[in-house]
Amino acid sequence: MVSRKVLQPILMFGVLLFAASIATSVLRSRPAIRVSTVGTDGFAKDLRPVIDSCNSDLDHWIQTANMPAAGQADNLTIARRVALGLIGSGLSLEEIRAMELVPESQQIEWVTNYLLQDRRWADYFGERFARAMVGTDEGPFLLFRRRRFNTWLSEQLHEDVGYDSIVRSVIASEGLWTDTPSVNFITASMSEENQQRCNAVVLAGRTSRTFLAQRIDCLQCHDDFIDQHNFGSIEKPIPGLQTHFHELAAFYGTTGIKDNPFSGIREAGGNYETKLLGSTDPTTIEPEVPFNKELLPSEGKPRQRLATWLTHPDNKAFSRATVNRVWALLFSRPLVEPVDSIPLEGDIPAILDTLADDFSKHEFNMRRLVRLIVSTDAFRRDSRAEFEVTKDHEACLAVFPITQLRPDQVAGCMIQAGRISTIDLDSSVFLRLARYGNTNDFLRDFGDRGVDEFQSDAITISQRLVLMNGNLVTDRTQQNIVANAATRVARLVSDDKKAIDSVFLSVLGRSPSSTEAEKLCQHICGKFGDDRVKAISDIYWAMMNSTEFAWNH
Amino acid sequence: MDTIDRTGCSGLMRMRRRQAIGFASASLGGLWMTQFAEQLARASEDKSQRPKSLLILWCQGGPSQLDTFDPHSGTVIGGDVKSIESSVKGIVLADNMQATAQQLHRTCLIRSMISKEGDHERATYNVKTGWRPEPTVTHPSIGSVLCYASPSNLEIPRHISILSGQWPGKAGYLGPAYDAFKTNDPANPIPNLTARVEKEEFERRIDILNTLETEFQRGRFASLDRDRTQHQSATERATQMMSSSQLAAFDVKQESQSKRDNFGDSEFGRGCLAAIRLLETGVRCVEVEIGGWDTHINNHQFQADRAKVLDKALAATLAELADREMLDKTIVMCGGEFGRTPRINPASGRDHWPHGFSMLLAGGAFRKGHVHGSTNANPDSEMLDGLKTPDPEQLTEKSVTIADLHATVLTALGVNHKDTHMTPIGRPLAWSDGNVIEELLEKA
Repeated sequence: MVSRKVLQPILMFGVLLFAASIATSVLRSRPAIRVSTVGTDGFAKDLRPVIDSCNSDLDHWIQTANMPAAGQADNLTIARRVALGLIGSGLSLEEIRAMELVPESQQIEWVTNYLLQDRRWADYFGERFARAMVGTDEGPFLLFRRRRFNTWLSEQLHEDVGYDSIVRSVIASEGLWTDTPSVNFITASMSEENQQRCNAVVLAGRTSRTFLAQRIDCLQCHDDFIDQHNFGSIEKPIPGLQTHFHELAAFYGTTGIKDNPFSGIREAGGNYETKLLGSTDPTTIEPEVPFNKELLPSEGKPRQRLATWLTHPDNKAFSRATVNRVWALLFSRPLVEPVDSIPLEGDIPAILDTLADDFSKHEFNMRRLVRLIVSTDAFRRDSRAEFEVTKDHEACLAVFPITQLRPDQVAGCMIQAGRISTIDLDSSVFLRLARYGNTNDFLRDFGDRGVDEFQSDAITISQRLVLMNGNLVTDRTQQNIVANAATRVARLVSDDKKAIDSVFLSVLGRSPSSTEAEKLCQHICGKFGDDRVKAISDIYWAMMNSTEFAWNH
Repeated sequence: MDTIDRTGCSGLMRMRRRQAIGFASASLGGLWMTQFAEQLARASEDKSQRPKSLLILWCQGGPSQLDTFDPHSGTVIGGDVKSIESSVKGIVLADNMQATAQQLHRTCLIRSMISKEGDHERATYNVKTGWRPEPTVTHPSIGSVLCYASPSNLEIPRHISILSGQWPGKAGYLGPAYDAFKTNDPANPIPNLTARVEKEEFERRIDILNTLETEFQRGRFASLDRDRTQHQSATERATQMMSSSQLAAFDVKQESQSKRDNFGDSEFGRGCLAAIRLLETGVRCVEVEIGGWDTHINNHQFQADRAKVLDKALAATLAELADREMLDKTIVMCGGEFGRTPRINPASGRDHWPHGFSMLLAGGAFRKGHVHGSTNANPDSEMLDGLKTPDPEQLTEKSVTIADLHATVLTALGVNHKDTHMTPIGRPLAWSDGNVIEELLEKA
């Protein structure tokens, strides 16, 4: 028996050690951003001709529409767009200060590279692509591991794996959903009633929409009778048939769990059968693709053949679909709307093909595509102009279009704006956990868009009430010298003008106009101690409740 | 989208006007005078001119038709449930529904609802929107359609979901402005309705916000708020709501104890009473949810427990609406996403069954004391076992599809179900593609 006298000090020591480790984790300061290690590499000279070509496409578009174009936005505004598109929140004050150390002409390249190197980018893009691939439903219990799928996707992006390779793994993988995370694309479609087989119809719909930007779901039940789909050319049209959809589904028709569940997803044998409209008996359907049939390999397992065809560099629908989605992430709206419906032939913006061609020629490299898009004139244009801005100007990208942030972006901005330093992988585990919890709580109250991420719409009264009186905004603006930027600015920045400037940079990512500076300096002028904290908190609250905060511009 | 009446003064101006009235009435004897005056004004309204409203009592999980509105006691599918006589001669309900049975003469009961959706989420979507789920378009719930079709100046939301679970009424392609405003047990305050700072500080914050908004609009998209963001409009409406006397409609404590007792000591009962108060205030659609009907095991006991709560609240709702002379202008719709299997499973439960279930309707132009359709007391056992495709002809008489139900309810609400609306994918859609079941409606 160990005596109490011996055990007590040991336990005390253990408790102290645990407390010390927590305190260290909470209080340790994250390493400072080292501006010189980021650089502007990646914006190599070979991007220039493609950027010029994109800008030429854009100029032609604007000229054809006979519209004047806005000038270039300031760097802080463009940097906010980059951050919203790549990590789903604004930049921290710390990051903005680091960017200011870079020569002005290189700031956007710097901030883009800085974020592309950061794991936050891969995590954020991974989550967005995962939503399109596996939806947002819970999926079958035990068989579907969303977090594993998301983490795997994030790792692939972080390691610069080509998007074509990622998609091939997603479509054609075999194995268990636990040790082969990509197979969760298949298991997400399974239902509790029929756990042995994947749902080929669901997978065909997701494949066509997410990877090919073809909304052919209506062909599941009937032939196209309103000329919505053309799988041929303009000269020789091939109308969409019900069989087109089911031939695509047939690639997944034999996928399932064969005999032993521990072998995971395999080709489980059998045929794909469906009852076509007008027939009383089921018909056996063989796998076939609806267009570019010459690119389909004749050998291999069905899903491997489909994956090879889909990601073939000559299958333009694949690269167009991806470019349109990445464009949507950066602009908060796609080039062609909706994001998952691009006609194979016909009137689409020339810049989409310029970017799609470059994407397929450069191993479907996601970072290169991002760098190209943020370098275009369209991305860097101002959203305000000397002329009266209308929808027509936005339609041809003569101005940067104003779009509503998604709920997760609003949460991300609010959480980051509430702090001076950056919340990233270098932050303490407790801070990151708090961010995760705060985001989920906010989305529960505010609402989440689910799979339709780019269907921007007006804000509701419930959402405004959450922003005005909800827990997150209250927590981020109340007096708290450790956690909240508002209190820290109020206590540590004694100069009113500098304090207002810091508040604007951390919340709205810009400096105040002279009108704003004058008004808000008056608001805090002559206030000290708690009164000053309160006054600065008022400004934080107002900014977090403004249109500017909740919209990309 | 025309969501907000823009002819009136701004919300902030209204607030000041209300404050002025408040001060004036306070000098005359207290704030209650204002509310009393409002009630008097409302009472003097011509009730026949009031637009029709919808009250959905939503039984999430799939209530068993056999344990509620369509008992088959004594048959092979009937289970342990007993039948009781109702206020309509010859019509029986399950003995779980004793109070409702005495109000049946006010209702129109459909016993032959059919659908093709047997999954909770899909079936809920189907019954709430009238459409089966499609990947390319999200349809609006019936409450959203009703609000879209009839704008008003109410200071509180016109589409409200009380005790909303996972799938409250959504506006789909009409946009989130028509989503249901979600709230919890009326015994508790509505979340996020109270400013977290003192009134003066809140006003200072709004003042700073206005400065920021003015600056942001400069040189940007013409009519930014009206045609794009509606952010400032929503701020005004939210601020109006925070200070609106109409919020009192949520407060069931303003009703007498005996009246509250009539609805039962349950959150659902309180939700129903709050719903009546909200409809009386001018809200167009209220949905009150009661969950727990998904009884795959021990069906009889669990259904009886849920029905006990539903029965008391439903009966009280019908009686109260009649007492307040609101039933002519209020359509009541009570049911769930599907029914439950006639066959009792080995765990004494009943599973999902969309091939013949019940929906109770009341109010407006719906016939009173009428029962439409029936379910087969001796259905083909192969259909029950899933060996044969369920045949509506064999399983029900005078079957009613979900689309037909929606077309009929919309018609009763005064909305033309054939009116089309352009969806975001450029496809015009009618509010409903069903047909009106004339037999359910009073002859004009």
